[in-house]
Amino acid sequence: MSKPIYKTILDVVAYAFLIFGALTMLLPFLWMISVSLRVPAEQFSRNIVPNPLTFQNYFDLFRDLPDDAFFYLTFNSFKLSILTVFGQVLTCAMAAFVFAIVKFKGRDFLFALLVATLMIPPQVSLIPNFIIFKYLGWIGTQLPLIVPAFWGGAFGTFLLRQYFLTIPRDLVDAARMDGASLFDIFWRIYLPLSKPAVAALSIFVFKDAWNDLLHPLVYLPTNMHKTTLTVGLAFFQQQLQMGGKFTVLMAGAFLSILPLLIIFFIAQKQFIEGIALSGVKR
Amino acid sequence: MDYGLKPLGREKLWLWLMLTPTLIGLTFGAIGSLLATLGLSLFNWDLINPPQWAGAENYIQLFQNKDYIEAFANTLKFSTLYVPGVVVISLLLAVLLNRKIRGVGFFRTVYFLPTVTSAVATALVWNMIYGKETGILNFALEALGFAPVCWLCTDNAMMSVVIVNVWGAVGEGMIIFLAGLTAIPRDYYEAASLDGANDFQRFFRVTLPLVTPSVFFQTLIAAINAFQAYDYIYMLTRRGQGDSSVPVAVYSIYRNAFHFFRMGDASAQAIQLALLVAVFMAIMFWWERRYVVYE
Repeated sequence: MSKPIYKTILDVVAYAFLIFGALTMLLPFLWMISVSLRVPAEQFSRNIVPNPLTFQNYFDLFRDLPDDAFFYLTFNSFKLSILTVFGQVLTCAMAAFVFAIVKFKGRDFLFALLVATLMIPPQVSLIPNFIIFKYLGWIGTQLPLIVPAFWGGAFGTFLLRQYFLTIPRDLVDAARMDGASLFDIFWRIYLPLSKPAVAALSIFVFKDAWNDLLHPLVYLPTNMHKTTLTVGLAFFQQQLQMGGKFTVLMAGAFLSILPLLIIFFIAQKQFIEGIALSGVKR
Repeated sequence: MDYGLKPLGREKLWLWLMLTPTLIGLTFGAIGSLLATLGLSLFNWDLINPPQWAGAENYIQLFQNKDYIEAFANTLKFSTLYVPGVVVISLLLAVLLNRKIRGVGFFRTVYFLPTVTSAVATALVWNMIYGKETGILNFALEALGFAPVCWLCTDNAMMSVVIVNVWGAVGEGMIIFLAGLTAIPRDYYEAASLDGANDFQRFFRVTLPLVTPSVFFQTLIAAINAFQAYDYIYMLTRRGQGDSSVPVAVYSIYRNAFHFFRMGDASAQAIQLALLVAVFMAIMFWWERRYVVYE
């Protein structure tokens, strides 16, 4: 049976659309890389292949920005993102375990309350949190970004609880027979068995912390030794553009997305399944 | 519900220890801060002098303050352009990818890239692409014989910012729709074919009704993101003193709170934003009961 002609046409239209879309998606990234490999005189050239090709901008990034700014910015982004992942996974997993496994009074009410907080826009928390942190003397330090990472969160707790619920209950009963405590069951059974969910959550949390602009902008001083890459790049944007150094700026932009690109290519499955999971199961 | 393990003896302590971080977060991060913002919105406070009771004054001013009215209108305008853009394009992409097409993995990766990378970094390159004299977008337009456009000038900035935001969001939407599409049982299509349905009928009679839960979810997510959109707008339109050529509601909250230190005004605006989210969700859930098809 040969294909009807309209199916062939449909296929051609589909490919044309998908390829055009893919080019639109890729072009900004290719352009970023291309400009970052050019000499400053060629920064506005319309030719996507750099001629001459140079890696000088990547060295300039570390050499020309004052006081080793780029090094400190990168270090701060890594430090804060890793701490955030650690805090979120630990505290969300503990709460998720309790909500999924343990029977106690008020459990379902507490869990419903927690999930309901997903609806509160983060801008609402920003103002009172800023005031509290100010009175604690934390504004200007990195504590306002670290401490909240250790107080759990609705999204992570919900995601892990859903996963915990799929682990067979017999395992718990068997461990109980052997005299395991609640914490043993959490630490030795549930966490090790939940690696896929923990991996997905870690990636999400890392991505959001790494890319966050609003919170570092509000809480951290505009001091290139204390703030993060996102704020630093936004700060250097004006300075470098004014100085006609788009090439260095693009090198900085590319280096700032490189860690996430690497994680994405390694852990693409967890990334995409995590999104699909949060979408389908709600 | 009656599932679960009973804590034994001293394990009660463990249970509450494990819950403590979440309880602190609920108190300070979520519910407490909602109440605190409500309280703050009834005062005038610059964080230096003692707070002054203002009652409903800050809320009344929301309707008189030209800057805020503009910002709120911009948020609505932005959302009206952004939400259909994201939902329609990502559904279209998912439907196309759900056909038996080569290179699904490649397309999925490419469309997903902007979701992974920071808005700050990609906005820097979009800023170059949009450049009036030096940007490649105008170069392409001129090559096709059109006049160059000032993409980030006041008149066009809204459209340009929406384009970048949609560009950044369709990948995630596409994944959610793909998951919804692959969950549709094959039998339904086979049954429709046996009854003589062609491709188009199968799409409109089987696919579309059964994908409505994903459409519902994606519309909800896109709208909530639209009400809170900030990063690209900050990077592409900011001017001095925390001003912007496309000031949106979040921008106004941020500026009032952290540039002018008008905590009362900023809180009242934040509460209004939360109300907008709540009203929108109420409408969506009403709509869900009427139109969304669950198997």
